Amino acid sequence: MPATVALTVARYRPERESEPTFETYEIPFRKDWVVLDALNHVKDRLDGSLSYRWSCRMGVCGSCGMKVNGVPKLTCATFLSDYLPGPIRVEPLDYFPVVRDLVVDITDFVRKLKQVKPWIIREDGTSPPAGEYLQTPDQLDAYKQYSMCINCMLCYSACPIYGLEPSFIGPAAIAMAQRYNMDSRDQGAAERLKILSDHDGIWQCTFVGECTKVCPKHVDPAGAIQQYKLTGATHWMKSLLLPRSAR
Amino acid sequence: MSAGPHYTLYHPRWYRRRVSVWWWLQKRSYAAFVTREITSVFVAFFAVVTLWQLRALVQGPEAYERFLARLQTPLFLTLNVVALVFVLFHAITWFNLTPKAMVVRVSGKRLPDGLIIGLNYAAWLVLSAAVAFVLLRAA
Repeated sequence: MPATVALTVARYRPERESEPTFETYEIPFRKDWVVLDALNHVKDRLDGSLSYRWSCRMGVCGSCGMKVNGVPKLTCATFLSDYLPGPIRVEPLDYFPVVRDLVVDITDFVRKLKQVKPWIIREDGTSPPAGEYLQTPDQLDAYKQYSMCINCMLCYSACPIYGLEPSFIGPAAIAMAQRYNMDSRDQGAAERLKILSDHDGIWQCTFVGECTKVCPKHVDPAGAIQQYKLTGATHWMKSLLLPRSAR
Repeated sequence: MSAGPHYTLYHPRWYRRRVSVWWWLQKRSYAAFVTREITSVFVAFFAVVTLWQLRALVQGPEAYERFLARLQTPLFLTLNVVALVFVLFHAITWFNLTPKAMVVRVSGKRLPDGLIIGLNYAAWLVLSAAVAFVLLRAA
């Protein structure tokens, strides 16, 4: 076990630099430390000006997503010991504009997430008339996996399509749309179809599959998109062949 | 206090990195993805050859002989071998991806990925055997 490990961190201070540079810090190595602990060590002891986002440090809040050695990771769940002997390279998530150091601007994702209406839609627009809507374990199972999404945006950072076509609505937003489409209490699938089967929706995806690989919560956004492509194509065929009343 | 605290105003001078033209060389999985996309050219190649074969067939026995002779030239043999490799890559990678797009539930339980992939390969074998049977019987 080494006594220290080198942490190479991307720095971007817009008042000083026009593009990011790297700074290397020597961090005491502890086998129970994750990359986020190392960043906290830098901020507390070595350089208080380092900026990054974090909150829960237990893989629930989705704030601390960064690239570690080129791969999008939750830094609170990425152990230093897996990257020995180092150096460990920490960079902000790809494809989002960098505000400062490791902090990216997430406005684009938040806007897209809202577009897919990630909430339960009822046709009559009312809340449950008599208590809650009941659901069987099988009905819960149909969407539970997608409901694990914590909006950490690692999947966007892994998706070259999002990098090349920034208008693509993206993996997490589509997985979230599926989370509600598959929910037996929801009746909003038709409303979501408009945005999902539009130009910037599912058909932008060419199934690179990296979103699923980097997902820390095993949501499988790539699967959600491919399954929705079947739904979208079926709907398109129906709209072509069947009269309006029978769709 | 001599002067008030000095605040830095929020000024989003974002840094945006452009995506390199060579992004698909940066990771093995990206390169595999781009290769899978390129295989479509070879699938199209086989489709064109089949159309060409049909055309020769319609034009009569002499034209069909010429077609067969042309296919046996080294150029076409090489092209066919290369195309076959790419088409196999296409078929195998797509079969392996089918469980992502097809979720089959039997009495509430999701069928394992391996079973769905296996069923695809089984269907492929059965269909290939049927085609081979028809062709060999005719020969």
